[in-house]
Amino acid sequence: MHELSVVANLFEILEDKLKDQKGKRVCYVKLKVGLLSGVVPELLKTAFDIYKKDTFAEDAELDITEVPCKVKCQECGTIAIKEDYVFICATCGSTNMTTLEGTDMLLETMEIEI
Amino acid sequence: MTKKEVLVLEDLLGSNKKIAAEIRTKLADKGILTINLMSSPGAGKTTLLESISERLSPELKMAVIEGDIETERDAERIRAKGIQAWQIITGGACHLEAKMIGKLFSEIPPDLDFLFIENVGNLVCPAGFDLGENLRCVLLSTPEGDDKPKKYPKAFITSQCLLITKTDLVPALPFDIEQAKKEALEINPKLEVFAISALQGQGIDLFVDYLIQALHKQRRDNA
Repeated sequence: MHELSVVANLFEILEDKLKDQKGKRVCYVKLKVGLLSGVVPELLKTAFDIYKKDTFAEDAELDITEVPCKVKCQECGTIAIKEDYVFICATCGSTNMTTLEGTDMLLETMEIEI
Repeated sequence: MTKKEVLVLEDLLGSNKKIAAEIRTKLADKGILTINLMSSPGAGKTTLLESISERLSPELKMAVIEGDIETERDAERIRAKGIQAWQIITGGACHLEAKMIGKLFSEIPPDLDFLFIENVGNLVCPAGFDLGENLRCVLLSTPEGDDKPKKYPKAFITSQCLLITKTDLVPALPFDIEQAKKEALEINPKLEVFAISALQGQGIDLFVDYLIQALHKQRRDNA
């Protein structure tokens, strides 16, 4: 359950941005979470709901878009979505694959009251 | 009351990644190879470190950062081998983060060759946190079963090295070393795989040679 640590980092970013914008509170948070980021979106929501109590984001809604793991073959250029995490190119059999997306967690947008 | 949408586009682990990158640069500048060991609890991380300490030639110096939820026991085991060790007690947290390593930074002697970080025993959470290591090694012990790589993919995908540990128990277990290797290489074809028994010493010298080569390569690349 490292989702709470991730949410703690999220709140640090939210607080910084809220101050930058001279906002009063955060009312909506949109995340993009890679399926290979190592966190479980449902647990992230639970952690968010625990963490937000008595904060500037108490009433904030959390919206999570899941990003599948997209890879590119460095030999033949095939781009594919990998659901089984088998990093072997289905077109040419090469194992020289680079991950394009699906490994990170991103705070995309937030909505604030000013 | 006015509402405003703010575009942010920030990595949620950005602060950890930034601290980890600083640690990596500073340690590499000192000529130190840093190794992050990850596995389930009881896969043999501490026993592997004890075994390495017995086999490393005296001109090479190692130290260990131990991460555990509770107790100083692992650090004490390492110190008993004459090796400098620091214990990080996370008090419940399931993984180490770069800032915890950063706090110890001033205590790390500059004449080290290898700095091992033994992560909290957990095959899931530590995989998401860069600690500033140069080499990430995942351990899979034979009693855990040969089907673990695909069940816990992130730890295997983000590692450069897989150590299949406790191979001395294979005769008593339904564990197929080749099957475990195959599973792991399917999800990460670049993994270097070692089959070892830290108690009986099999495979440890090969792994130590691999670490020494990695150290030399890093120093050449940094020169």
